[in-house]
Order: sequence, then structure tokens, then C-alpha cells
Amino acid sequence: MSILVDRSTRVIVQGITGKEGSYHAVACREYGTKVLGGVTPGKGGSTHEGFPVWNSVFDARDAENPDVSLIFVPPAFAADAILESIAANIPLIVCITEGIPVLDMVRVRRVLDARNAEGAEIRLIGPNCPGIITPDGAKIGIMPGYIHKRGRVGVVSRSGTLTYEAVWQLTQLGLGESTCVGIGGDPVRGLNFIDVLELFEKDPETEAVVMIGEIGGEDEERAAVFAQTRMTKPVVGFIAGLTAPPGRRMGHAGAIVSGGKGTAKEKMAFLESHGVAVVDNPSLIGKTVFDVLASGKSRRPLLPV
Amino acid sequence: MNIHEYQAKELFKEFGIPVPNGVLVETVEQARQAVASSPLFKGDSKPAVWAVKAQIHAGGRGKAGGVKIAKTVEEIPGFVEQILGKTLVTHQTGPEGRKVQKVWIEEGSRIAREYYLSAVVDRTSRRITLIASTEGGMEIEEVAQSHPEKILHLSIDPAEDYFPYIGRRLFSFLGLPFQVQSQFVNLVRDLLSFFQKRDASMVEINPLVLTQDDRLVALDAKVGFDDNALGRHPSIRDLRDLSEENELEIEASKYNLNYVKLDGNIACMVNGAGLAMATMDVIALAGGSPSNFLDVGGGASKETVEQAFRIILSDPHVKGIFVNIFGGIVRCERIAGGIIAAAQDVKVTVPLVVRLQGTNAKEGREMLKSSGLAIQVAEELFEGAEKIVLAVKGEA
Repeated sequence: MSILVDRSTRVIVQGITGKEGSYHAVACREYGTKVLGGVTPGKGGSTHEGFPVWNSVFDARDAENPDVSLIFVPPAFAADAILESIAANIPLIVCITEGIPVLDMVRVRRVLDARNAEGAEIRLIGPNCPGIITPDGAKIGIMPGYIHKRGRVGVVSRSGTLTYEAVWQLTQLGLGESTCVGIGGDPVRGLNFIDVLELFEKDPETEAVVMIGEIGGEDEERAAVFAQTRMTKPVVGFIAGLTAPPGRRMGHAGAIVSGGKGTAKEKMAFLESHGVAVVDNPSLIGKTVFDVLASGKSRRPLLPV
Repeated sequence: MNIHEYQAKELFKEFGIPVPNGVLVETVEQARQAVASSPLFKGDSKPAVWAVKAQIHAGGRGKAGGVKIAKTVEEIPGFVEQILGKTLVTHQTGPEGRKVQKVWIEEGSRIAREYYLSAVVDRTSRRITLIASTEGGMEIEEVAQSHPEKILHLSIDPAEDYFPYIGRRLFSFLGLPFQVQSQFVNLVRDLLSFFQKRDASMVEINPLVLTQDDRLVALDAKVGFDDNALGRHPSIRDLRDLSEENELEIEASKYNLNYVKLDGNIACMVNGAGLAMATMDVIALAGGSPSNFLDVGGGASKETVEQAFRIILSDPHVKGIFVNIFGGIVRCERIAGGIIAAAQDVKVTVPLVVRLQGTNAKEGREMLKSSGLAIQVAEELFEGAEKIVLAVKGEA
């Protein structure tokens, strides 16, 4: 088992004829992901790198009924691309695009939430994220596939390369990963830590979870409360940005300490006090998971809610 | 992107939000001319007082001596002289402060009461949220600590947009007098419209004042814009004031490098924002102090690394460089080749530690070791941080 995606997952790529979309569609196919083809408005009916191209997500849906749409559309048009996939009822939308205006994402989230409230089951991962991978199953994103190894640890992260760092350690220690989800560095996004933690808790293959957060917002805190009250599996946490100055955006649009809120120190203390094993040295993420799993205390009782 | 108060007020005016009339000056001479010629300073209807306000991108100007109240027209040029060129140190500028290059002179208002009104994108509700408080003129964070009951948050459903009841709710919370209800309701509408149409990330009116003759006026204006949306607002992008930004940060942005200057002496160069933050943290954990945040992006080509070295080394405090690259899509040999070539071209003279991990990392590290350059190589992140901290201490 794994979460959200596996060997049978069927994927289309929005923006497949663009530089990024094209490169990564091929890389995902090489990893073994079932990439069915892609969408570029105006290029329907052609083929690109051996992939069929459709004019719209609707055409792609009618032809192949995909499970996932992976989006590489430039930021100014990305909200439109996500909304099209929502309208076409694609169950999982993974948006890699960095730099989408936040008010566009406000509207996207509003539409997505409304559709789901009406009974649809559509999930969005990202934007501004590396995507999702189930090792030896499906790579749906831009992460380097070979650093992953199928295994016991679920990974959820707001970061890209920092996730690779953690994954690499887990792989080197032989623990491996069940699924890795990059939820993205933007302030308004699709799946959040809590959503992914809930899925990992239900997944029999996942024995522990690594949660990689960073400065800004309160999502890590909410996730810690969830972990304490609703999870039996251990969570190891890292928060980047202990040395980040307040009021400055550190690369990611969401990585900013504002009004004294969202500092790494606060978050780490909060996570610690809610039973998350907090690592202050990112070189020791893998080792900490190893120790937690080896301690035999990996399953813990739920606190009464 | 942040803008100055006077720019924010011009935008407010365009959207119908009432602001005091004023003039901008950049020299004392301009102030003298303005005072002699502008209707703002003469005639029977001239205001009783004027506010002379330093224009910098930071709050807390008043306490730092950047705002003066002139009771006569004659006082104004003197106040401008005192403020212009002065370096203001406020809680938002950092210890180095900000030099004042522009001064805004505006009509004073006869204030009856002060309020607080702002709009932000709230990441928890994932909506634009209006924030109002009766405690105008105070820092909203302080009010949130001491009197949370004096603040009302109202999130705006993007599907519904603005209707007057939203303004009326804020109005009754603030306890404003009935005769200004429609003024206030329209002001909230205009504020929201400005926020949405220009992709603001934050709009703050603190204080919003009720004058003795029952007018509402935005006495101060603080506005920030979503950098991701500047592409569709060229007129907003033109408001960028480069003199308010760090020179190295401007230079870095020309090469698509994400650089933020810090106070330490160990520079770092990393691919990816999260890993870059973690690298700064690890330098601190190993006993050093990072001099910057720098995300060179995924590629880390020779040109990128070369520009990054140049920028890092323009900071005179830098005593060592830690390069931390996780080679994923781009293989480590290529990255190593880029680092070697760039280090030769730029002539890096301070200690340099390179930590390479990822695809073909071993080969990459071998290339660095046999390059003949004084590059120390590390496999692990913390090991690399320890090496650079030790090297910098050895130098000192």
C-alpha cells in the first residue's frame, strides 16, 4: 500500500508541450509512471515525445479517464489550468507551477472546497511543490526518482530539495519511503499537513511520518495537534528557518514570519510539546526516524479528544 | 513588494478612499517652493497644522523622529531639513536603519477619534480578511495581545464578494456615529476593490480617523503587493523604489537568484528555498553565523554559480562560503564542474566548503578534490557546516 498514487495511477500532463512539462512527462514515464498524454490548447490531435496531445482536459478525460492531472502551466495561466481540471472532475491534481498570484489561489480553493462540499472528491497537491511519489510505483512530479526506495516512512513537506535531503537519509538507512508528498511553499494551497497525516495514519505500509515544515503560518501547529489526538504512528518533525529574520520572505511565498507569528522556534516548541519528535539538525532526520522505530515505542495510544 | 505611504495614498485616491492632501519633496528647496506656491499652505481654508513625514518602507517612524507636526507654514522647511538625509532606526528597519530620501508634507486633520482598518490574505481561512479595531494608532499585534476583544476579523467569501452588510458589521463593531455610516461602508468597499484589483497582499490604514466635522480620512497608509502578481500590474511594478532595497539583493534578482542579506559572516549557496533555510540553520547549529539566504534554483549552472559567488563576495563581512547542493535532476559532476570554473573565474580567496549530494555525488566530489583549488569537500550537511565554521574561526 501507499497513499494517493501507485503503479496503477494514470496521469495526464497539462502543459505537456512546454519545456518543463515535456521534460518531466518523459522523466515520469521513464520512472514507470503511466503517463497517458497531455493537454495543450490548440495542439490537440498532435503527438509530442510519443504522447497524444488533447486540446482540453475534457477531451483527455473523455478519451482516457485519468486519475491525475500534473500541471506545468506558467503562473499567469495556472489557476485556469487547475480550475479546468476541477471542472473535469479529475480526482487528483498536482500543480508544480511556482509563482501563482495568491488571490488566484484564493479563488481556486473556494471553487475546490465548494465542489467537494457538493460531494465531489477532488484533491489538489501544490502549487509550488515537487509533486508526489510512491517509490517503485508512480513518480508524479519533478523529484529525482532514484533517491527514493520503497519502504516504511511517509514524508510530507512544504519544501523541495530539503525533502530530497530527508528522503536520501531514509533511503541510505534502509528505511525507505511509502509515499512522499510535497504540499508546496505557497500560503494558499491544496492538501495540507493534516490531510496527508490522516492518509498516512490509515496506510498499513506507513510506520512513521516525517513532517518537514518551515517558518510562516500555523499549519505545522495544527498538524501537531492532529498527530497527538488522532494518530498512533510516530511523527518526526523538522522546521526550517530558525535563523530567518522576521518580515523577510525566504524564497517561498509562504515562508515569512509576520507580526511575530510563525517563527521556527515557536513551531518547534509547539511540536515538541505535542509529542512530535523534533529534529534540530536536518542531517539527523533519517537517524531520528530510525531510532524512533527501533525504540519499539512506535505505536502510541491516542489521547482522548 | 512594498511602496511608500505617499504612493499608497495616491492609489487610495484613485480608488475613492479619502486621504489628506499633501506634497512630496526630495530637497529642502522643493519644500520652500511648495510652501510658497501650493494652495495647501495659504488662504483662508489652509489647515491649522501640517504633518511632515519621512518616507521609508518601515513602520515606527514617529517614535524614531521621522514625523513632525508643523503649527506654522514657516516651520515646515526646517522640519524637512531635519528629517531629510537622516537615518531612521525603527523596530522594522534593523539596526542599520533607513536613510530618508523623500518627505511627504500633508494637511493635518482635526481628529475626533482614531480607528484601525486593514485587509490581508489570511492563510488559515484562505480568504481576504478585513481587520478592524477601535484602538487606532496602536500596533495591531499589541492590541491582539492585550485586548483581542477590541479586534474584529471578517473574512470575505470570494464567491460572494462585497455587499454593504459587511461594511455595516464593521461599522457597528467600531461604534462609529450614524452620520458616517455610508461613508464608512463605501470606504470598506473601495478598500476591498483596491485590494482585489491590484493584487495587494496587505493594506493597512492605521489610523483611520474620524474628524471633528464627521469625515473619515486614511491618515496613514501601508500597502504591500503580491510579488507573484506584479506581472499583470505594470503600473504597480513601476512604484518599486530600489533605494529602499539592499543593493546586493537587487543585483541578485537580476540573475534570478533569491538572495536575502543577513548579519553573519558565513555565506551559503544552496539549491532550493527550504534547503537554503536549513543550511543557514545548520551553520548556526555548528556555531557559526550565516551572512545570507541564497537559493540558486535547480540548475546551479556555471554562470549561476559565478554570479552567486560575485554577489556573496561583495559583502565585506563574508569570511567563508558554504556551498550545499543536492543534485537531483542535474548531476553532481556538472555542478562540480560549474563550481570549479566559477571559483577560478571569480578568484574565491576565502575558505570554501562544498557539500555535494545526490546523483553521481562521489564523482562530483572527486572532481572538486582533484581540482587543485583550496576546496574542502563534505558528504553530509552538518559535516560541511562544521568544516566551514572551523575554517572561518581558523582565519580569524
